[in-house]
Amino acid sequence: MSSSAVILFCLATPLIGALLIALSNRRPNQREAITLATAAILFVGVASLIPEVRAGARPELLLGEILPGLSLYFRVEPLGMLFAGVASFLWIVNSVYSIGYMRANLEGHQTRFYVCFAVALASTVGVAFAGNMLTLFIFYEVLTLSTYPLVTHSGKPEAIRAGRTYLGILLSTSIGLLLLAILWTWWAAGTLAFSEGGILAGRVSDGAMAVLLALYMFGIGKAALMPMHRWLPAAMVAPTPVSALLHAVAVVKAGVFTVTKVIVYIFGIDSLSRVADAGWLIYVAGATIVIASLIALRQDNLKRRLAYSTVSQLSYVILAAAILTPLSVAGAALHIAAHAFGKITLFFAAGSIYTAAHKTEVSQLAGIGRRMPWTMTAFTIGTISMIGLPPTAGFVSKWYMLRGAIEADQLFAIAIILISTLLNAAYFLPIVYTAFLNKPAPVDKDDHEHGHEHGEAPLPILLALGVTAAGTVLLFFFADLPLDLALQLAGRSQ
Amino acid sequence: MIAPHLPILQVVIPLLAAPICVLLHSGRLAWLLTVAVSWVSFAVSVLLLGQVMDGGPLSYELGGWAPPWGIEYRIDALNALVLFIVSGISAIVLPFARASVEREIESERVYLFYTAYLLCLTGLLGITATGDAFNVFVFLEISSLSSYALISLGRDRRALMAAYQYLILGTIGATFILIGIGLAYMVTGTLNMADLAERLPAVSGNRTVQVSLAFLTVGICLKLALFPLHLWLPNAYAYAPSVVSAFLAATATKVSAYLLLRFLFTIFGVEFSFEAMQLGVILSTLAVLAMFVGSLVAIFQEDVKRMLAYSSIAQIGYIVLGISLVSVDGLTAGIVHLFNHAIIKGGMFLALGCIFFRIGSVQLHDMRGLGRRMPYTMAAFVVGGLGLIGVPLTAGFISKWYLVVAALEAGVWPLAVLVLASSLLAVIYVWRVVEVAYFQPVPDDKAAAKDKATLGEAPLSMLLPAWVLIGASIYFGLDTSFSVGVARAAASSLLGLDLAEIGS
Repeated sequence: MSSSAVILFCLATPLIGALLIALSNRRPNQREAITLATAAILFVGVASLIPEVRAGARPELLLGEILPGLSLYFRVEPLGMLFAGVASFLWIVNSVYSIGYMRANLEGHQTRFYVCFAVALASTVGVAFAGNMLTLFIFYEVLTLSTYPLVTHSGKPEAIRAGRTYLGILLSTSIGLLLLAILWTWWAAGTLAFSEGGILAGRVSDGAMAVLLALYMFGIGKAALMPMHRWLPAAMVAPTPVSALLHAVAVVKAGVFTVTKVIVYIFGIDSLSRVADAGWLIYVAGATIVIASLIALRQDNLKRRLAYSTVSQLSYVILAAAILTPLSVAGAALHIAAHAFGKITLFFAAGSIYTAAHKTEVSQLAGIGRRMPWTMTAFTIGTISMIGLPPTAGFVSKWYMLRGAIEADQLFAIAIILISTLLNAAYFLPIVYTAFLNKPAPVDKDDHEHGHEHGEAPLPILLALGVTAAGTVLLFFFADLPLDLALQLAGRSQ
Repeated sequence: MIAPHLPILQVVIPLLAAPICVLLHSGRLAWLLTVAVSWVSFAVSVLLLGQVMDGGPLSYELGGWAPPWGIEYRIDALNALVLFIVSGISAIVLPFARASVEREIESERVYLFYTAYLLCLTGLLGITATGDAFNVFVFLEISSLSSYALISLGRDRRALMAAYQYLILGTIGATFILIGIGLAYMVTGTLNMADLAERLPAVSGNRTVQVSLAFLTVGICLKLALFPLHLWLPNAYAYAPSVVSAFLAATATKVSAYLLLRFLFTIFGVEFSFEAMQLGVILSTLAVLAMFVGSLVAIFQEDVKRMLAYSSIAQIGYIVLGISLVSVDGLTAGIVHLFNHAIIKGGMFLALGCIFFRIGSVQLHDMRGLGRRMPYTMAAFVVGGLGLIGVPLTAGFISKWYLVVAALEAGVWPLAVLVLASSLLAVIYVWRVVEVAYFQPVPDDKAAAKDKATLGEAPLSMLLPAWVLIGASIYFGLDTSFSVGVARAAASSLLGLDLAEIGS
């Protein structure tokens, strides 16, 4: 297959998968086999592009013109390659996990669940491979709409309320701000193509550049820059596999991915660093990191704590991109991958605890490490990666961010990274501590249903979280591939 | 052979079919005739559009009498597109009509319904095709009188009141238009549009001409239902039979928008209408108000048909806003939205027609759980709603794109912000329906349990037309070469520019 055929293949595979899943509504085994097969085929397709991109090629695909001068156009560059690779690999793992989780918790509407998941992944690949801002925007919106039924999956009143927040914030930021920024860019620059060095330089004034930056940064609601972050904690009402893959990887990473793309290919690192008024972004991202960590510290609900941790970690990527040095941009790209593996592990563990022990609050977790050693070991590895200690992936990305910040003499950014490391430790380590070292609370005699002796979660769940935890560690030792892609993005070879 | 006579065939075929319909005296046969006529009309409009796009404007002399003594029919890119919309919508709506009309209209009146429908179609096509100002008024009356009758056939007794309301306001509008035409005739001594356009600039300082423009603008805006002259529209759409709501919502206001373009741009000219008389400021202000008031009121409607009616008022605002910018991009936006909105709103009203057919109501409250009972119908409604919001991959996105670019180009960025902000209101009213239809349990009252037949999808003859329009709204969101191409040609000819000069 030619490389443009491979791109088409990657976009079509999840969509065809979605169709087949819908058709096997009454046959759960067949449906889930199709999900797994689709995920595996997609990953093979995406992975087959890696050697080319690594060698410096940029496969493209033109799918026809939507508006005069604006096409549905795909072009695979290093950052998109990294994002698509991570998302499609984790979809396989997540599908295994979903099967265990959805069956053990007797969730309804499972066909709809798997169909929406496949469509969401197709749009994630679309976002990752998009070659111009219009194409990216189209898939960005499809991603929002296809994940709405997943957020409101249970159909309960609180899910519908959360759905309103989810859709309300994501659609109003994207239509109200992002689309305006895109249209302004199109009108001023006459193109929306992602090009090295940016397309805005010399075409708009510095003041306009600063306003555009604000429209883009707050318009990309999926990046959860405060105050546009509220949808993410709200989305936690979804079943855990959704929170794990979509709201720790695909959707939120689509946000920070778009942020990085816009900074690198629409503004251009060099031209943006010449605009004095663009410096505010570092402070807003820094504030988001610290404030979200402080909120996380006070959450008792495990998934909400993880969600606020995600808000904070996403702003690392924005902060790193906003430092505007090649090394920090490479750090941003690496963190997209590193955080994905670490956070999905944490969510997998949270879902595992919920499935086996029906516990959702941090305060209920005393001594659970003795009953669920595998789950809590994986959780601990995820925690270490969040804090950014070796030997985990989180260390590598933080290392590049710090190097970039030092190179740029960004004392504020350095301080933020150090403070937040401490905060991360403060809200994650107590969980690990109580889980392993505290005695379990005495079983409430009246509570027969939940007080029973439980062991580990079903095997598919353990398998999935084992793989991602191992991945978190392996990314530390074998960081060549992501590092290579990240440095290509930043225009530096190792 | 036939080709040179296409402009008149477009109007005469439905006109002649109407009395035949009365003679047939059978609902079934009348329907068959109307379908045949609509499809032939559609074929004619496709041929006309092809001729105009290839060879430029067509002129047809009625009865061989040369203008300005005889009546001239003149087809250019703009009215060829409107003819295409009107007859196309009619061709899609009619297959839907059979089952829907049987359910909603007493059987002895069905043949009369189709007679009125054909007259209404004749009127709308006639207004659009003619190149004679007085002829416009004649066809306007034909279409108005027949649409009053069509609306009053609604099952709900309030339909009579709605039709009466429309009759009063519509007549005022038509009278204003007649006065305007009369005043212009007084000064220039001609009723032929091309002649008017030639003679009016010389007398533009004349107070009578200015008053003529004022009367015409107000009269047309009344028929167009531009805020604050929209009062007749919500009731008319809400209580009319489903087919009529779909047909009128998709075509009647579009034809009025065409008239506005024709009179302001072709006949009075850009210089007089927008520079001397400053209509741009008035129109854009009213358009912005329409966008917000229409959408805000739509949010609070319990009757979903009424909700769509108010949404139409907002969408008319977008069309007029595009027109008021007086640039190639602005006009393109207005005309493209005229086309896109016809498709989207027509499809949504048809989906509502399917719902009414099954559950006998379009109250939000009664639509609980419909996502499960009528999944394909509700999916059509939701996709149409996404088009109203302007989500990418739908036709509505294309309209918004051009509108915002035109606003930026005109240097009025607040308008760009307002357009996008008002589309967010559409999210709210569309999502109210989504939440009720998908998240609330199916009501288990006795009526529903008793009549098992009412559960499930509408017949294919109704569902398919709805999906044809909704499918078209997605198609024209992806491939805009037709819609934007024709709209651009029309826009540049309205501004008297050569399309080749401005490029694409």
